[in-house]
Amino acid sequence: MQKEKRISTPFWRDNRILPILFQIVFVIIVVAILSYFLKNAITGLNRLGINFGFHFLRRTASFNISESLIDYQPTDPYARAFLVGMLNTLRVALIGIMLATILGVFVGIGRLSKNWLIRKLTGLYIEVFRNTPLLVQIFIWYFAVILPLPQVQESFSIGHFYFNNRGISIPWFTTNDATVIWIVCFVLGIIGTVLMWKYQLNKQMKLGKRQFPSIWAAGVLFVSLLVAFLVTQSGPAHISTPELGNFNFTGGLRLSAEFLAILCGLVIYTATYIAEIVRAGIQSVAKGQSEAAQALGLKNSITMRLVILPQAVRIIIPPMTSQYLNLTKNSSLAIAVGYQELVSVGNTSMNQSGHAVEIFMLIILVYLLLSLTTSFFMNIFNRRSQLVER
Amino acid sequence: MSVDLKIIEAKQIAPPKTSTNAWEWAKKNLFNSWLNTILTFIASAVLFQIIYAVFGWVLTEAQWDVITENYKLFMVGQYPVAQLWRMWAALTTLTLMFGLSAGRFKGTMLRLSGILLIVYLIHLGAPFTSGSTKIWLATQISILALGYLIGHYFVRAKRFTLIGWALSIPLILFFIQGFGILPAIRTNVWNGLMLTLLIAVFAILVSFPIGILLALGRTSHLPVIKYFCIAYIELIRGIPLITIFFMAQVLLPLFLPTGLTIDNVIRVMLGATLFTSAYMAENVRGGLQSIPNGQYEAAKAIGLNPVQTTFFIILPQALRAIIPTIVGQSIAMFKDTSLVAIVGLVDLLGIAQSVKSNPEFLGRHMEVYVFVAFVYWVIAYSMSYSSRRIEKSLGIGER
Repeated sequence: MQKEKRISTPFWRDNRILPILFQIVFVIIVVAILSYFLKNAITGLNRLGINFGFHFLRRTASFNISESLIDYQPTDPYARAFLVGMLNTLRVALIGIMLATILGVFVGIGRLSKNWLIRKLTGLYIEVFRNTPLLVQIFIWYFAVILPLPQVQESFSIGHFYFNNRGISIPWFTTNDATVIWIVCFVLGIIGTVLMWKYQLNKQMKLGKRQFPSIWAAGVLFVSLLVAFLVTQSGPAHISTPELGNFNFTGGLRLSAEFLAILCGLVIYTATYIAEIVRAGIQSVAKGQSEAAQALGLKNSITMRLVILPQAVRIIIPPMTSQYLNLTKNSSLAIAVGYQELVSVGNTSMNQSGHAVEIFMLIILVYLLLSLTTSFFMNIFNRRSQLVER
Repeated sequence: MSVDLKIIEAKQIAPPKTSTNAWEWAKKNLFNSWLNTILTFIASAVLFQIIYAVFGWVLTEAQWDVITENYKLFMVGQYPVAQLWRMWAALTTLTLMFGLSAGRFKGTMLRLSGILLIVYLIHLGAPFTSGSTKIWLATQISILALGYLIGHYFVRAKRFTLIGWALSIPLILFFIQGFGILPAIRTNVWNGLMLTLLIAVFAILVSFPIGILLALGRTSHLPVIKYFCIAYIELIRGIPLITIFFMAQVLLPLFLPTGLTIDNVIRVMLGATLFTSAYMAENVRGGLQSIPNGQYEAAKAIGLNPVQTTFFIILPQALRAIIPTIVGQSIAMFKDTSLVAIVGLVDLLGIAQSVKSNPEFLGRHMEVYVFVAFVYWVIAYSMSYSSRRIEKSLGIGER
């Protein structure tokens, strides 16, 4: 019997070993570089007399934050300052996302309008604001639009809306004794409305006769609000109008100049991107779809609502998610005008405490959490709107 | 028979009119329903208000001397006046390359050169331009024309133009920095539009190969490489650019051994590059995913190894498909360079900040920022315009 000839490949040409070897080398290089940097950092920090660790978060922050959603004093610890910063980020991001979506959707539809002038006007808006840096826009809003407004004492007003160089004061709601009852009635009313609408719709489908589900549903909501009014004998909230005090307006809702500048900048800039996404989404729906809907005898509005939009939303959601995330990340530019959000608070704490590494880790962590939660919710929404294929 | 003919004649519908007059056009595009009529009136009112306000402000209210008197600052900042010829030389190199490419490639490059020519002509005609600047501008225009003629008549191969571009970059850097041959210019006087363009070009060019490597890594089958690339890309994409700039300013010196310092401008450039490469990687990945599997299989069938497959078959097709996205990314990076003003660099926006704090020009916020925004807009719009043209000429999205 002939001896079996073994083909031996040297290990540096073995396709099974090579990738493993390559990866080991890669890991060694990465670890080496990282440990080199870390060693430098540790020696550097030791030289400065800073101990790595998050203990500093319990120390007194001792800097002021001019606007905050929760109680904050300079005597509070760093941890609370960070919380305030995070809430400020969330505040500007959430309001910004809502306004930018509304503006963006309108402009996006306007880009496809049958009206030539509207098409051109929205196109002009997009080209102008999309091609200039967001930071320049924020500076224009802050330094060139809001700060040159008159002093508080001479602020000009439109109705009860007051504009001055410290921001805008607008009428706002304050809660009263009846608010809770009104909210409870309203929530119950909404639930009842949805149930009634579904019930009547089912009935309509079963009987084949018109049952006017939306009128019934609206009726339920009206009744629930009427009950709330009869029980409380008052409105859901008082409206408090701003009044000029000695130094500033009291009452109403005061939006600071910094907040307004960053909000205007973010909304107007991001809306241009959202508009383009909406336009592309609507255009991506095949023309045959609207033609088929027409052939079935659907009205234009129903075609849009039931045929075009559900298909467009599918295309729109993924890029829209990334625009929402961009807006949230861009809110960090607020540091340039002094609206104290997360990065700004982090920067101040860094200069005071010297714990740069830990603070950057915290900031990164918060932003990653924010983007993960946003993608999580958008993914749920996305899955619901996806095409169910066989 | 004749009756039949008559019927046919009667039934014949007049052909649709090909030319329409203004009234018919307006009826169709502006007043085709009552809703549109209302919209048209509202839109015209808005448009009139905007035009009236903007032109009124630009022509009568705004005091533009803050721009004209600081024009050199906006462009090149505090670059020493005695060495200014080097900036002009660098610009001339760029102009020559634009001219050459316009002559060789025509199309988009020709139009971009046209924009450049218009910019030069406007500056040449502007009343505030000094005599020596006018001579330099005239030189630029003639160099542009010369480049065009050379490109049109002599340079046959695409390769020469591409090599020219590759050589022009170190040449321009040489003019700006000196490399020890010319007197060295410290980076703290690299200011203004020049710094903005330098950071943007550096970040875009360097992030491109890094992005390709990251994208290849992310799509690779080796788990360690793959997860490393995913972690890097997602981490960078999750945080705002401004934190990266802060890290480059605050953390990087900490991570370096004592005694070794990296220049401020270089640190920011590195930060911008690391940031953009994560986005670039995602763009390239999109291109890689658009390549059908058959391409890989065909490459394997003709005996190419994975490296050859990647570099000769897959990447050329993938990159061609994502040219518009890359231009889009470049525009984003170009606009984002304005963030360096926050971390203390004096780019175009940084110069604007310091110019308006000059007591002589107090309160001219709007003029300064509108001018800066306009400069950014011209460059960004030219880029997006050429991207749209390239997209059309490549037929991407039409197949």
